[in-house]
Amino acid sequence: MSVQAAPPLEERQKPPRRRRKSAALYEVVVPLLATLGLFLLWEGACRIFNIPAYLLPSPSEIWTETMAIGPTVAGHTMATIKTVMLGFVVSILISLPLAVILTASPAIAAAVYPFLVWTQSIPKVALAPILVVLLGTNELPRIVITVLVAFFPLVISIATGLLSVPPELIELSRACRASKLSELLRIRLPYAIPFIFAGLKVAISLAVVGAVVAEFVNADAGLGFLIQTSTAFFKVPVAFGALIILSVMGVVLFQIVVVAERVFFPWSSSNTTPGA
Amino acid sequence: MISLNRVTRVFNSRDGDQVTALQDVSLEIGRNEFITLVGPSGCGKSTLLRIVAGLILPTAGRASIGGEEIREPRAETGIVFQAPTLLPWATVLDNVLFPLRMMHRIDSTSTDKAMALLKLVGLTGFEGKSPRELSGGMQQRVAICRALVHDPDILLMDEPFGALDALTREEMTMELLRIWSERPKTVLFVTHSITEAVVLADRVVVMSPRPGRIAEIIDIGLTRPRSFETEATPEFHEASHRIRQLIFGTRHVGPGRAAA
Repeated sequence: MSVQAAPPLEERQKPPRRRRKSAALYEVVVPLLATLGLFLLWEGACRIFNIPAYLLPSPSEIWTETMAIGPTVAGHTMATIKTVMLGFVVSILISLPLAVILTASPAIAAAVYPFLVWTQSIPKVALAPILVVLLGTNELPRIVITVLVAFFPLVISIATGLLSVPPELIELSRACRASKLSELLRIRLPYAIPFIFAGLKVAISLAVVGAVVAEFVNADAGLGFLIQTSTAFFKVPVAFGALIILSVMGVVLFQIVVVAERVFFPWSSSNTTPGA
Repeated sequence: MISLNRVTRVFNSRDGDQVTALQDVSLEIGRNEFITLVGPSGCGKSTLLRIVAGLILPTAGRASIGGEEIREPRAETGIVFQAPTLLPWATVLDNVLFPLRMMHRIDSTSTDKAMALLKLVGLTGFEGKSPRELSGGMQQRVAICRALVHDPDILLMDEPFGALDALTREEMTMELLRIWSERPKTVLFVTHSITEAVVLADRVVVMSPRPGRIAEIIDIGLTRPRSFETEATPEFHEASHRIRQLIFGTRHVGPGRAAA
């Protein structure tokens, strides 16, 4: 708010700064206010209508009851994050080579594809107890279930990305007499980056779902386990607390993938222009 | 330099039919000659270009460069496509250097070569930009630099200005003539535009479709260097008219067309 005439450069910078400020307002402040309002409404409704805590606990009850066993909840959260992350990483390690193989050879694609679809048609909740019998009551079946839930969309999106390369670029690569490997590394994989990240965003969200499904069936730790045990003892506020932590975890992990794409592959996300 | 002797190419279509894209095409192209291929869609222009590039092989006949039969892509050929198809993640400079990287021929002089080419097409100062910061015409200039960076003796261009707007297209045509005069190459240039074909070429190869064959080869006697004024000369109109006759002459317009 200077009275002096501003230098022209600063004058030119003003509109974008204001736009960025209003974008931040809409992206952060408004949703936060809306969430806060919703919680206040929830709190008010619980108090006015005197709803018992075992049916619908108020936010304040959820907060105090969850905080009362804070360290335990933190331990369960870490256990779930571990399963989610391991499952996510294994999903990537499986999906990437699988997608490369699927796109490289039509014969292999025809052979493997039905099995892929088949793994998706099995209800994972039904598969979980069987896997526990097969693999034992340890971390392994939890990771396997998480991977089974998360990897499929990743394979599909990576394969789509690898095939999205303009045919001219493949011709150019052939005209340069480049090997299939350098075609893959220098053209196909970079081209697939936006598709890979689209798949990663779906996969990270599904990994959280998969981890909780696994924990319902077989676990002595984790937020899924916490929800089961606390509802069994009618500690509904703790179950709600675990639920809220899970949803926040899902959003945060999703955003980490979004930020990773913007930082490492700024050309990939089409909505961000260079320099913005 | 390039020699095609009764080249025929047959494709198997998906429903099992055989489509003859090219039939008995014979053509001799001299060193540093500028040849344009013009004709309606489906006359096998692009197929012919890809045979010379070594990307596809003829079903019958012989295609050779410098007496050597074309069996695979050769290093000394540059290609420009209709779309610039630049790598979106790489800078303009890295895009120009891309063929050298793929051929493992990059060395200390490569960057200087690429910068000289960018200067040639008037893109000095843009080497660090990303392709999407460039206009369509500028992107196609980068694609031309990319095709020239390994100093090929043959330049193949598949409707390189087809995706550009009409004004940029005319500008790029003159630009290409200037580049060609500074760096003489044997050029094989596929186009849909008769004007473009005549103004660029030493000889225009007019092709007819189904099956693709050469209808006529027309010598263009226009003096070089050519400019926009070239298009006002009687020779230019004569050649253009002859090509139009060859392409449209056999078609019947009006009533009576139902039989065709």
